[in-house]
Amino acid sequence: MATLETAEDPNQRPPVIGPEHDEGQGPRRRDFLNIAAVAFAGVGGVAVVIPLVNQMNPSADVLALASIEVDLAKIEAGSGIKVAWRKQPVFVRNLTPAEIKEAKAVPVDSLRDPETLDARTKPGHENWLITMAVCTHLGCVPLGITPGENRGQFGGYFCPCHGSQYDTAGRIRAGPAPKNLVVPEYSFKSATSVQIG
Amino acid sequence: MLRFFAPLIAPLVGLLFVCALLYAVIAAPSAPAAHLASEEFHLPPKDIHYSFEGPLGKYDNQQLQRGFQVYKEVCSACHSMRLVAFRDLEEIGFSKPEVKALAKGWATETPSVNPDTGEPATRKSLPSDFIPGPYANETAARAANNNALPPDMSLLAKAREGGPAYIASLVTGYADAKTFTKDGKSLMKEFPDFNTPTGLHFNPYFANLNIAMPPPLSADGQVTYADGTKATKLQMATDVSAFLMWAAEPKLENRHRTGLAVLAYLVIATLLAFGAYRNIWHGKKH
Amino acid sequence: MSFPWAEHYAPKHPLMRYLDEKLPLPRLVYNAVGAGYPVPRNLNYFWNFGVLAGAALAIQIITGVILAMHYAANGTVAFDSVEHIMRDVNSGWLIRYAHANGASMFFIVVYTHIFRGLYYGSYKAPREMVWLLGVVIFLLMMATAFMGYVLPWGQMSFWGAQVITGFFSAIPVVGDPIRMWLLGGFAPDNDALNRFFSLHYLLPFVIAAVIVLHIWALHIPGSNNPTGVDVKGPQDTVPFHPYYTAKDGMGLGVFLIVFSLLLFFAPNALGHPDNYIPANPLSTPAHIVPEWYFLPFYAILKSFTGNFLGIAAKLWGVMAMFGSILLLFFLPWIDRSPIRSASYRPMYKWFFWVLVADVLFLGYLGQAEVTPTVVLLSQLCAGYYFSHFLIIIPLISKFEKPLPLPNSITEAVLGHPAPAAA
Repeated sequence: MATLETAEDPNQRPPVIGPEHDEGQGPRRRDFLNIAAVAFAGVGGVAVVIPLVNQMNPSADVLALASIEVDLAKIEAGSGIKVAWRKQPVFVRNLTPAEIKEAKAVPVDSLRDPETLDARTKPGHENWLITMAVCTHLGCVPLGITPGENRGQFGGYFCPCHGSQYDTAGRIRAGPAPKNLVVPEYSFKSATSVQIG
Repeated sequence: MLRFFAPLIAPLVGLLFVCALLYAVIAAPSAPAAHLASEEFHLPPKDIHYSFEGPLGKYDNQQLQRGFQVYKEVCSACHSMRLVAFRDLEEIGFSKPEVKALAKGWATETPSVNPDTGEPATRKSLPSDFIPGPYANETAARAANNNALPPDMSLLAKAREGGPAYIASLVTGYADAKTFTKDGKSLMKEFPDFNTPTGLHFNPYFANLNIAMPPPLSADGQVTYADGTKATKLQMATDVSAFLMWAAEPKLENRHRTGLAVLAYLVIATLLAFGAYRNIWHGKKH
Repeated sequence: MSFPWAEHYAPKHPLMRYLDEKLPLPRLVYNAVGAGYPVPRNLNYFWNFGVLAGAALAIQIITGVILAMHYAANGTVAFDSVEHIMRDVNSGWLIRYAHANGASMFFIVVYTHIFRGLYYGSYKAPREMVWLLGVVIFLLMMATAFMGYVLPWGQMSFWGAQVITGFFSAIPVVGDPIRMWLLGGFAPDNDALNRFFSLHYLLPFVIAAVIVLHIWALHIPGSNNPTGVDVKGPQDTVPFHPYYTAKDGMGLGVFLIVFSLLLFFAPNALGHPDNYIPANPLSTPAHIVPEWYFLPFYAILKSFTGNFLGIAAKLWGVMAMFGSILLLFFLPWIDRSPIRSASYRPMYKWFFWVLVADVLFLGYLGQAEVTPTVVLLSQLCAGYYFSHFLIIIPLISKFEKPLPLPNSITEAVLGHPAPAAA
């Protein structure tokens, strides 16, 4: 008694794994269909990844940038305040005439990121230095806005994380930071009020 | 012994449960349901059609803007819309400056803190702010409304059975209980004890027939539409319910569009996969 | 762990040979779901559902991990964080609707998979362990789904948590302390929400691990088939790849089409409007129902309305509800018929279809408003459910006269006895 059947339907071919085993005229057309199916599925797989990755980008409420208004009336010359804008701190500093003079005396060509004080302030308001309080090196908040804090040897800001030093125009003078403190978009609403953003 | 009893365990456990059920049927018949006016005289929502229905449905921005006007001039006196920000209104066709002006001119201001004293204060809203509600909190809302709480409207169209059509039916559906009939049967005849307590209003579209909200749309022409559409009560109700649907489901158009593209792709992919399947199984009987 | 005629993994590329020597992962895949796994050639479309369940779990894990990036498990902000996902997160609506409806698709697929197992006797020896692990997966899925439904912290979430943890208060003496321990309070609140979130994130990975065991246990005897007859030789099988990978690929396409119809065109059809109302501990919605996939069990719970043998109706209901699932653990030993496939069991086949109708009807009754008729019908249906598994199945395996079985799978496929070996 044969219990193990080895032969079956004569039309039956042995199991085929790859199309290369295929017989007759079919292979090319059939090959194409299999490849097309897999390729098409692959395209869909890639398309699905787009929303799955894009969801990590800032959401609409974060992108809806709020603007803030800052009252300048109470900031005396030589001091400044830190305000929050877009979840980041901003320095608003009232420069003294000596600080302005010091900033203007520096030859622009000698700077790492050449910029004049005029280019970093608004005409007629050159005593108001408004910059992001975010060190351009790796993002710490530099010291120097609160009275008594270390302002570094250039009298501006000093970043405690890696020792970057900024001058009275918020320009990088020493240390690892590559760029000057960023000046955000802002405008004067009146002589004592400024809108950031 | 065990060999003999083991097969009996399952039937015995089964019998136990069946007996518990039988006993429940015999000994503890459930109380017959009460005959309730709110079941017999409740009306299903009116048959109202919206542009956003169906798989190809889209919002009609003109209608949404009219609906927003009704919300602003009528509903917002009592109902908040706390999940919708002014900036979102750009999606229904308002321009950036228009949104800015709407935010600035909104009847209630956004809560803030007085920078000098630290006292609670309010300020003009910005486009990025969520629409401020008319009441500071639930207690204030209840105090002003005879202890009823006007629900927040941001998700109302999805949070009610029947959706926008229900809302439109409700706000236009106030009736007089004394003369109300359904299918030829009179409410007062069937339920002589039925009454609408003071402070409530009879409305057959509301689940228990008496609603705390007074009729919000009192007359045709209550709002004046900028686009010249005649502001009948039904028109205002339809517009505002369409607006509420948008407020609840702002991504609907996007969803429908994406869905059609995905389906088209999947149908082709499945047909290809079917071809590959037939191809691979070719000649293999199964 | 496989048939002797299984294809052997023989990597050609030197890199693959190196990998095979150091970490034979490709070999594992090859033997598990590749050409190295011989599968009966006669599987029908119901055998697609195992792979589809795996796909559904993958969808749930991927979308779930993403949702967790934006969701906040705190009672004061949970509801709003879900709306934040729906409104402001890029494609957030897509991911959240995919997750919510993906759960429904997962249950549709798994219920089909379970009933396929019941029809074709896949729970019987030698596959008892596969079945037991499957029931464990089912229980884990139910726990995960319940806790996930709590997370949006809407009205249905809150009252679902209240009612389901209430089951435990039916246990005499220790019931209330257990419920308090589960919730971390007198009623669902922050603490409950937070632990449910933690466990809802954990359990899918436990499910994935049990699925590995489920597949491992399956590979020892190999897959069952519609005839229920054992594989006798190489002519009875085909390699999993490419035969069943192709078939499953097509099945996946059909699954995704159904899923997309739900997700894009009726995303709230299986949900409940009340869950768009923030949780309010002071007011229960007029008509609370669980998610559709729990409805048959919910109907069983509600059908026990009498104190019997000194045991409270509430406890009977809870015991019956848990019992209706736990009895599946004993099924391989309750059913003593040696015939697997219902195709050859004329009596069992009928009762099987009655069970399908019974469970579907229980599902309907689970969401119906409680009237005397509904209660009576649920009692009848619940009675059948228990009778089916605990009384009818043991009895018919004694009295049923099975139809003649084919000698082999190949014979069943070809419709005539295979030519004997030379």
